[in-house]
Amino acid sequence: MNDELYRLKNITKAYGERHVLQIDALTIERGEILALVGPSGAGKSTLLRLLNFLEVPTHGRIRFQNAEFSASQPMPLSLRRRVTTVFQRPFLLNRSVSANVRYGLRLRGRRDHTHAVEQALEQVGLANLARQPARTLSGGEAQRVALARALVIRPDVLLLDEPTANLDPQNIALIEKIVADLNQQQGTTLVLVTHNIFQARRLAKRAALMMDGRIVETAVTETFFQNPRDPRTAAFIRGDIVY
Amino acid sequence: MALSLRVSGLALLISTAAGIPTGALLGLTRFRGRPFLVTLMYTGMGFPPVVVGLFVYLFLSRNGPLAGIESALIPALFTPGAMVLAQSIIAFPLVAGFTMAAVMGVDPQLRLQVQALGATHWQTTLTILAEARMGVLVSVIAGFGGIISEVGAVMLVGGNIDGRTRVLTTAIVLETRKGNFDLAIALGIILLGLTFLANWLMLRLQGSDE
Repeated sequence: MNDELYRLKNITKAYGERHVLQIDALTIERGEILALVGPSGAGKSTLLRLLNFLEVPTHGRIRFQNAEFSASQPMPLSLRRRVTTVFQRPFLLNRSVSANVRYGLRLRGRRDHTHAVEQALEQVGLANLARQPARTLSGGEAQRVALARALVIRPDVLLLDEPTANLDPQNIALIEKIVADLNQQQGTTLVLVTHNIFQARRLAKRAALMMDGRIVETAVTETFFQNPRDPRTAAFIRGDIVY
Repeated sequence: MALSLRVSGLALLISTAAGIPTGALLGLTRFRGRPFLVTLMYTGMGFPPVVVGLFVYLFLSRNGPLAGIESALIPALFTPGAMVLAQSIIAFPLVAGFTMAAVMGVDPQLRLQVQALGATHWQTTLTILAEARMGVLVSVIAGFGGIISEVGAVMLVGGNIDGRTRVLTTAIVLETRKGNFDLAIALGIILLGLTFLANWLMLRLQGSDE
């Protein structure tokens, strides 16, 4: 099954003089889990923002489904809404838990949300907190609500930007299970940025190492971790500091 | 007293309708000339109301640039309409300035998150305003406080005409001058009570968000 969802070619992103991203080629397939690892400042989060069409590439085009996205060509809203991101911090709105989960559906003008919201909250194990104000939640609960808010819109692509970086092991395990199920049961494509190479290994089907805005190596997870081509990948996995 | 509320209420409505979108625009977008506009607005926040009154007076007076034009939108001097115009101009920078500050206080990352969830520009702006609702309310209260208590501008452009353009503040000035301190104090207490009531109502309307 070779169903291409994203195709990036010769993408660069610069903020003023500073080049933060330079990707020669990258494809993401429908239904896969791709992990992006690498030191901070490597451009992983920037890449996710491009994949969510939140920022435009300075040069180059991103092909998503049947549309093209570039500096002069915005992504149509209906396709942009097929993708969403869960960031490192939950960024909940100052409303009730269920109002937060409902938010994405309301943006899309959908009014039949009661059941969907309940279901999403059940999926993350927080159905009992639906009516609480969002700011009374603990860190782990808040992040799970953020996840429910993303699940409820049933995206084709879910981008995860270090979603478990600040959480305890129990919440990490819960969130990993939820996203793995999502991928298996609904075929949601996942792109995961993580500092935790064990997490990448547990979840991903493919992994990519990024450094200085470039992709060093992309490989099937097993190969990536056991038999990397690039010496920098090997060093990164060993935990050495790479330059 | 009724006139006080009518004039300031209407002026507040006008300046809120113009000030909140302006504040949101200045707080959420970056464009050429923005720093200049922000400076202008901050100047407006501290501008002496009586000077605004003077300008409105000059514009509307018989020799002013607007005198010859017959339009429902341009009020005549010494009418409540002229007072509403002056007070709208006084309250506008207050509402816009405080709204801008409130909107800028919302984490820019939250905007990104809201867009990532599929919000259009317009939906993003509304969501940010809703997140900053307490600050936006404060901007309206500040605008109201600035004009209900204002005396110089309404005196100039209204003329303090008994039964037509006399409001609480100008009446207080007049009665104090005449030595009717009892009446002046009574009017002062009414003004205070009115302001308190109006603010309390606005907070209630907003739904006491602690």
